[in-house]
Amino acid sequence: MLKIKDLHVSVAEKEIIKGLSLEINAGETHAIMGLNGAGKSTLANTIAGRDDYDVTAGTIEFDGKDLMDMEPHERVAAGLFLGFQYPVEIPGVSNLNFMRTALNSVRKMRGEEEMSAAEFMKLIREKAKDLGMDPEMLKRFVNVGFSGGEKKRNEMVQMAVLDPKLAVLDETDSGLDIDALKIVAEGINAQRRDDTAVLLITHYQRLLSYVQPDYVHVMIDGLIVKSGGKELALELEEKGYADVA
Amino acid sequence: MAGTAEAQKQVEDVTGEYKYGFVTDIDMDMAPKGLSEDVIRFISAKKEEPEWMLEWRLKAYQAWLKMEEPDWAKVNFPKIDYQDSYYFAAPKKKDGPKSLDEVDPELLATYEKLGIPIREQEVLAGVEGAAKVAVDAVFDSVSVATTFREELKKAGVIFMSISEAIREYPDMVKKYMASVVPVRDNYFAALNCAVFTDGTFVYIPKGVRCPMELSTYFRINAENTGQFERTLIVADEGSYVSYLEGCTAPMRDENQLHAAVVELIALDDAEIKYSTVQNWYPGDKDGKGGIYNFVTKRALCKGKNSKVSWTQVETGSAVTWKYPSCVLAGEGSVGEFYSVAVTNNYQQADTGTKMIHMAPNTSSTIISKGISAGKSQNTYRGLVKVLSGAENVRNYTQCDSLLVSSECGAHTVPYIEVKNPTATIEHEATTSKISEDQLFYCRARGLDEEEAVAMIVNGFCKEVMQHLPMEFAVEAQKLLGISLEGSVG
Repeated sequence: MLKIKDLHVSVAEKEIIKGLSLEINAGETHAIMGLNGAGKSTLANTIAGRDDYDVTAGTIEFDGKDLMDMEPHERVAAGLFLGFQYPVEIPGVSNLNFMRTALNSVRKMRGEEEMSAAEFMKLIREKAKDLGMDPEMLKRFVNVGFSGGEKKRNEMVQMAVLDPKLAVLDETDSGLDIDALKIVAEGINAQRRDDTAVLLITHYQRLLSYVQPDYVHVMIDGLIVKSGGKELALELEEKGYADVA
Repeated sequence: MAGTAEAQKQVEDVTGEYKYGFVTDIDMDMAPKGLSEDVIRFISAKKEEPEWMLEWRLKAYQAWLKMEEPDWAKVNFPKIDYQDSYYFAAPKKKDGPKSLDEVDPELLATYEKLGIPIREQEVLAGVEGAAKVAVDAVFDSVSVATTFREELKKAGVIFMSISEAIREYPDMVKKYMASVVPVRDNYFAALNCAVFTDGTFVYIPKGVRCPMELSTYFRINAENTGQFERTLIVADEGSYVSYLEGCTAPMRDENQLHAAVVELIALDDAEIKYSTVQNWYPGDKDGKGGIYNFVTKRALCKGKNSKVSWTQVETGSAVTWKYPSCVLAGEGSVGEFYSVAVTNNYQQADTGTKMIHMAPNTSSTIISKGISAGKSQNTYRGLVKVLSGAENVRNYTQCDSLLVSSECGAHTVPYIEVKNPTATIEHEATTSKISEDQLFYCRARGLDEEEAVAMIVNGFCKEVMQHLPMEFAVEAQKLLGISLEGSVG
């Protein structure tokens, strides 16, 4: 589904990712672990197509298509979702309006009918309920005045509504208390299917107790230095990055 | 014509440019080019005006000749040659339409292209049970279709063109016209007094809540014809009226001058809500063409506890010079100004308000949202003035500017003059660049760049948009998106 080959990425002319390769197939959940500054978020942003992340060499293919040729919104239509480490506030725009506009924009790009207001309300209420979100939150402005946990939960609701093929979740577990962590984990697990894949980017092993990955990769200084099964996460937790790598 | 329309549509589809740039072909009845006493006599004769009106116009013309064009606004444009313009153009009268069926079908087609909401089209078409929005449609200077006048009449509401009012209600016009904006108030107002060609007159009698929203569509249609509208709204004691003004103009190469005067008068306990969506041709991407919009709008809150609320969404015009104001003369009166001004490409807007607190316990609220894109310049200029006899005055002002490009300008010029120590004046101002984080967040949820900008900008304007009447709000939201097309990157 996702094929990254020898990827080099620079931000403001500084090379952050230095020849990373990674392949993710349908039905798999991968976790990339690493310390701050290892280049994890840069990888997530590059996959999603953020400006100012210059791919200087290498390729990223998604479902056989070259991602580099696609605008961020086209990547969403192709089935890619980025869960933000720091979800952004948009004052004056209600969560409902935001999500409905997003979903219909994606449907339009896919040549599908726009969803009616009634259908959409039914869908988002259901997803909000699954993720334990108060329906009142849907009427509030996007992420404005939300706690850290509420913001991350909102990301999960958005993911559920857009139902991506590949979800890249950047530090989705950070700032969550244990109850919120469990809810977010349930949201992620619900998204794991034979025809979907998940890439978790995380600092800690904590989330991985609830979302058990098929593969764990250790990222240091812009490169994946070690890959293994879920036991690698525990090893990291015990010994620290320096020893494992 | 069909071929032309089709060709035009193709061009529009390809360029995605100003969507209302079309020209309706109706015989014009024009005054000679230029401005002189003779032209004013021509206009007055065409309007079948009484002698006193002609005298009034001629006096205004003499006053205008001695005045100078103001140059204090932060706008730049080539000097206007007032002799190189036509001051009167009207669709030819063929006995005057007796019903809407008799209205020129091309004119009705024009309304269609303007995207007049279905509801109002039904009203225009006389569909039974259609919602009641009265449309006094101003088409190139002369009102050709007035609906619901009868029903309004039952309520005692007068809603007609100013030309008719001059003939039918001369006493009322004499009493109130220029009572809020004096003839010599400013250069453009004086010019308007001399050459105004049409506009609207509204009177709401004592204790009457106007049974429908009154709506006027303005449209400039003749090449080189300046549009000089006059609107006069009088709300008698305890009455209420909501008035909507919206406009688009056909695409033109040469600049067109528009100098309207709007006067509102609210007596004791009366309330006037005046909403505008202004979408005149802003000029092309290189700043060529576009409307010069030099408007004087002022309300007199004459009575105790009267209230006037201005809401405006300004997206059009090449140059805008406009300060809808409130003179708070009645004790406890309230003035409000909610404004969104969007400038793109080479547009220039210098807009804001004046709140003049003359009486005790008066209060005012100013919320201004300026959005600048392209190479445009967007200025908020506002005055809050409290006279010495006005005790316990309150004002709250909030001016927010949003920059969409790196080559545009946003300026905030607040003037505060307080001569009474009991006043409470608050002023908040922010300027921010549209955030890359917000843009990327929207794009990473499936919006293209322009949709993302439109969404963020609409959110930014929320506090103002919510003051617009429902059907206007939807139109205005779309307009913000259209106005900012091509503004990113």
